[in-house]
Amino acid sequence: MVDITPTRTTTPEPIARPPSTMRRWLESIALLRESWVGSIGAVIVLGFALMAVLAPLIAPYDPNLPMVPFAFPLSAAPDGGVFWLGTDHLGRDMLSRIVWGGQRVLIYATVATMAAYIVGVLMGLMAGYFRGWTDEIITFIANVILSFPVMVLYVLIIAKFGASGANIVLAVVFASSPGIMRIVRSLTLDIATREYVIAAQTRGESSWYIMLWEILPNARGPLIVDFCLRMGYTTITIGALGFLGLGLPPPDPDWGGMITETRSFVLAGFPHMAIIPAVAVSLLVLGFNMLADGLREVALRD
Amino acid sequence: MVTSTPIQSQTLAETWAQPLDQTPVLECRNLCISYFVRAGEVPAVVDFNLRLMPGEAHGLVGESGCGKSTVALAIMNYMGKNGAITGGEILFQGRDMRTMTAEELRQIRGSKIAMVYQEPMASLNPSMKIADQLAEVPLYHEEVSQADAFERSREMLAKVRLPDPGRIMDSYPHQISGGQQQRVVIAMALLSNPALLLLDEPTTALDVTVEAGIVELIKDISNEIGTSMIYISHNLGLILETCDHLTVMYSGEAVEVGRINDVFNRMRHPYTQGLFSSIPVPGTDKNARPLVAIPGQLPLPHQRPTGCNFGPRCGHFVSGRCDTSAVPMVSVSGDAGHKVRCVRASEIDWTARTVNVTQREPVEVGDVVLRVEELSKHYEVQRTGLLLVGETKTVKANDDLTFRAREAETVAIVGESGCGKSTFAKVLMGLEDATAGEVFLGDLELGQLGVRERDSKTVAQLQMIFQNPFDTLNPSHTVGSQIARVIRKFGVETDPVKIHQRVLELLDTVKLPREFAERRPRQLSGGQKQRVGIARAFAGDPKVVIADEPVSALDVSVQAAVTELLMDIQRDNRTTLLFISHDLSVVRYLADRVIVMYLGQIMEKGTTEEIFSPPYHPYTEALLSAVPIADMSVTKRKIVLSGELPSPTNPPAGCPFSTRCPYVIPGTCESTPPPERVMSAGHAIACHLQDEHLRAMQPVIEIDDTPDPPPEPELLPAAE
Amino acid sequence: MLNLILRRLGIMLLIMLVVSMLLFFMNEGDPKLVARSVLGPFAQDQQLEAWIQQNGYDRPIMVRYVDWLVRLSQGDLGDSIIYKVPVNEIFWDRLANTGILAGVTFLVMVALALVLGVLAGIKEGSIQDRVISFVSIITTSIPEYASAVILGGIFVFWLGWLPGTSSMTAGFNPVELILPVMVLTLYGFGYIARMTRASMAEVMTSQYIRTAVLKGIPYNRVVMRHALRNALIAPFTVIMLQFNWLLSGVVVTEYAFGYKGFGALLLEAALRRDIYVIEACGIVAVFVAVTTQTIGDIVYTYLNPRIRFS
Repeated sequence: MVDITPTRTTTPEPIARPPSTMRRWLESIALLRESWVGSIGAVIVLGFALMAVLAPLIAPYDPNLPMVPFAFPLSAAPDGGVFWLGTDHLGRDMLSRIVWGGQRVLIYATVATMAAYIVGVLMGLMAGYFRGWTDEIITFIANVILSFPVMVLYVLIIAKFGASGANIVLAVVFASSPGIMRIVRSLTLDIATREYVIAAQTRGESSWYIMLWEILPNARGPLIVDFCLRMGYTTITIGALGFLGLGLPPPDPDWGGMITETRSFVLAGFPHMAIIPAVAVSLLVLGFNMLADGLREVALRD
Repeated sequence: MVTSTPIQSQTLAETWAQPLDQTPVLECRNLCISYFVRAGEVPAVVDFNLRLMPGEAHGLVGESGCGKSTVALAIMNYMGKNGAITGGEILFQGRDMRTMTAEELRQIRGSKIAMVYQEPMASLNPSMKIADQLAEVPLYHEEVSQADAFERSREMLAKVRLPDPGRIMDSYPHQISGGQQQRVVIAMALLSNPALLLLDEPTTALDVTVEAGIVELIKDISNEIGTSMIYISHNLGLILETCDHLTVMYSGEAVEVGRINDVFNRMRHPYTQGLFSSIPVPGTDKNARPLVAIPGQLPLPHQRPTGCNFGPRCGHFVSGRCDTSAVPMVSVSGDAGHKVRCVRASEIDWTARTVNVTQREPVEVGDVVLRVEELSKHYEVQRTGLLLVGETKTVKANDDLTFRAREAETVAIVGESGCGKSTFAKVLMGLEDATAGEVFLGDLELGQLGVRERDSKTVAQLQMIFQNPFDTLNPSHTVGSQIARVIRKFGVETDPVKIHQRVLELLDTVKLPREFAERRPRQLSGGQKQRVGIARAFAGDPKVVIADEPVSALDVSVQAAVTELLMDIQRDNRTTLLFISHDLSVVRYLADRVIVMYLGQIMEKGTTEEIFSPPYHPYTEALLSAVPIADMSVTKRKIVLSGELPSPTNPPAGCPFSTRCPYVIPGTCESTPPPERVMSAGHAIACHLQDEHLRAMQPVIEIDDTPDPPPEPELLPAAE
Repeated sequence: MLNLILRRLGIMLLIMLVVSMLLFFMNEGDPKLVARSVLGPFAQDQQLEAWIQQNGYDRPIMVRYVDWLVRLSQGDLGDSIIYKVPVNEIFWDRLANTGILAGVTFLVMVALALVLGVLAGIKEGSIQDRVISFVSIITTSIPEYASAVILGGIFVFWLGWLPGTSSMTAGFNPVELILPVMVLTLYGFGYIARMTRASMAEVMTSQYIRTAVLKGIPYNRVVMRHALRNALIAPFTVIMLQFNWLLSGVVVTEYAFGYKGFGALLLEAALRRDIYVIEACGIVAVFVAVTTQTIGDIVYTYLNPRIRFS
């Protein structure tokens, strides 16, 4: 994603094949061993990712099937199984809802963040490389969007266009690509003064070649860190929209929605129903944040 | 010849160094310093000895990574959280600094030992006025009132010859120029009259004419105040100008110590000798007496060899003797206090030129390849006034440049920062359009032709070598793919197999192993990266190559190798080389013709011979005088310019040099642009001075051609 | 300096203008939808047409926009559809409530973050640094809606120390403010603390701090006089941006605790398509955010002599 290299596919390069993006990622991940914060973060994120992939195998029940309401964690299920995390006010198995809800959150967060990255990176490259009017216009648009408090912007967009998966993704792209644009822009402004970029200019390379082949790969370090942070932030946002009732329509499980549906029962003596999804969201975000922190630490060492 | 045991030499040195009851200001005994990183302990300095008497100036010279700055910080006991002294002792006025408490250290720092740093801008607090930063020194070391502290600061600013100390006191660091900042730092160091002054590359970040002023100041300080100094530099010429003793360091060790005279005239360590052979001094010549580079490269601190660290690069290396155990320092007989770290010091014939140098025939230059006619490049700088748009100012980055360059010729463009040499390169390369005038490559006019509008053949014919080795290659791609891209882009080859073949040939040409094609830039040293940069520039078989300070960021010994390589390739391809540089020594060595620029204008142009001998332009004269030369047989006439380089945004109306010119004719130079005076065919000087005045100038540099003086026995202890 | 302030104010005005356009076109672009929002889902087409003509919605959109802008600048925010009263009557109380919540949070959060950030950054890699950094990573991972539930479980359900809602039904009660402030602070302080830490750590390893130490100045003075000011310049912009973030968090937190503030009003209006309230909330939220940023930029320039004098 970070490494967009169209020339690699169009021109065969038998001499020196640069290591694939995959290998570079693996190299960074291998370096993570040196940071325990990063390692824990990676384990948490990979754990949730695994859970999402294996959701059909892990979830013991249909997440929308009402069984025994108000069951506490570890209570016995009527079919002889166990409600490991209890059930909610409608008698649906909490574990199954957490697992399926996790899959949903991860899919939307990934799609939305990646889409925001494509927009943000392209805008940032153009603003930072062409400068002048292109920069003025792109930066102004970004400033307009960034002048909205983020949640106000989400509320306005979702209220206007309605709550649906596609609209959530669009809202995230709209709200977070300006931030990405700013980072890419400042990285580009810096990298564009490097002599290898000037060397490319002096041999008459096209602007897009320079942006995508000479500049972008060298911006990847900070961008990978930012990507992790933004994944966490998007996870929070999706949860918040669910919490405010602007998220994905029920009954399918959604962590934010689960909290808002059941939080009135906390005081009634059933705190697990709301606290478990709250902890799940926090844990996943913590994973992303720690991963970002570890990657930053490792990057700084080199 | 050489005293056999170190113990004996010690006594000899002591008798010499302690004539009376003086205690040394500073003494380092067997000092070892290490850094502790994740990979383990990295020894930075090993077995370092130094004895500094009151009033003495001692130079520490060596290339990057030799540990010279580490020594300075260890003396200050400021090693950061992962550095530590692992052995030996540092005695300051007889007291071991390692046993001092934090409070005792604090009282010594800044009052008895003071330091001047390499980067003056970074060394001053950006958000504090200079007055406050200076006054802190007396305030915290002596019982003085605020008013007295300010008064003393002001006096000290005047003493370091800063004009208008009152204004400087009231400024923030970024509001004054680099040279002024460094004077402030020196003033700060001198405020409490220290017994020891540490100078860590104090002029490296400055322009050469500004450097000359600072060096002059430092010399006067040591004469007037009698402060002992340790002067750290990579530049032997500067050490020669400022110090009376020196230590040559290599890879964490002192390899040669002695009086300046002894070391410069009778060096007894192969590294010292190698260092001297790789510096372009006035006697060297690219054809008759080429530079001799030291082969190989500096070992990383954790990969140092057993025995002599210099062994793997040494021409006198003998297996079994040089690589068995740590080499001790031994005295050189006849020279008091002259010691070297070489087991073979007494066996080597030091008078013979060690490496067989192949002399080359001078190259016949061909037809004119590049013609620059009255070229100007002006920038409109908008000063933002009320409501977004304000007055515009014109910066004349290049003004009315005219010259030509012939096939196989090397034309050097010399000047300090802001002289417009980089802008000129940009215009030539087509990254900027010329404002006026023309540039012809053959018959093609390029001044208004951006690089994208040039056909790939034209682009290939005009290529560039860059300055910064860490920046010249894209760190994300392999060396091979970056060279291959150029070959493909210029259409030299299209078949992948042939491209690959050509990449390998180019690596051969720049004398790099073929497997480097698969490497990434970060696996290469600075010199190797510059070689790749050269390969890239020559990939399209260019007619003209612009080299923008291609070796200035490299260490001295590597500089020589890269310079020689560049000239070899140029010779073989009969390429025209435009060599942009601030370093007159290198220029003198390799250029056929020289163009001297100042604030965007050509001050003087001519053959190298004509530029380096009278008649001079006053600026050329000052520039020649400012360049430190590491050769004792050279005598220089001192011309120290006052003032700073004017800002290119606000140049003087008449002659750009008029603000600093020692020969300024009041009423004429400031207001009227100087006429071009043709001294001989091809030699022109832009100056108001009359021809006869110019012709009456004396040479700045004179070389005493007598051979190296033999050891002088009368220079024994008694004479000191 | 004056130039810069004028320039910033100009940009601010331009942004506000564009934002007002966006808000207006989004909410009142289609007159039929406006009529439908006002008259409800059961109104007939004729009724809608009549309403549109009566209220001048048949005029071209640019005319309506200018008209709206003029009314807005005179302080006329229109009538709330839900509450059937002028927006002015409900809006300013709500905004004041939010002001109290955000103001208290801001003070607590910034004070806490700066102290912890400086303590952590002063000695990079020390134990206090690691503990503070780790704690702030954890707290920035707990969004407001999660901590509202978790802290509610602890302080309301188990300990019974604090009230679970902050609707202030019996007049203003500072105790009801504690949980919302805690929730907002917990999520927000870590970011500032980490920025402060990074800035402080960078300054402490800078060459001018080395100069100050090697001048023989006492360590306390090095930190207080040389390090702090430079270290606080960078986090300052972050702190001013925090107002923007705070307004985001306020929407969620007010909803979570039933606090009658501007965020809850916006949410209610958005869900029930109370367009005039939406416009009022949107424009004010952006105004507050842009104003703090502009002030932040100007003060930042003032703090940083390198920019001030260039």
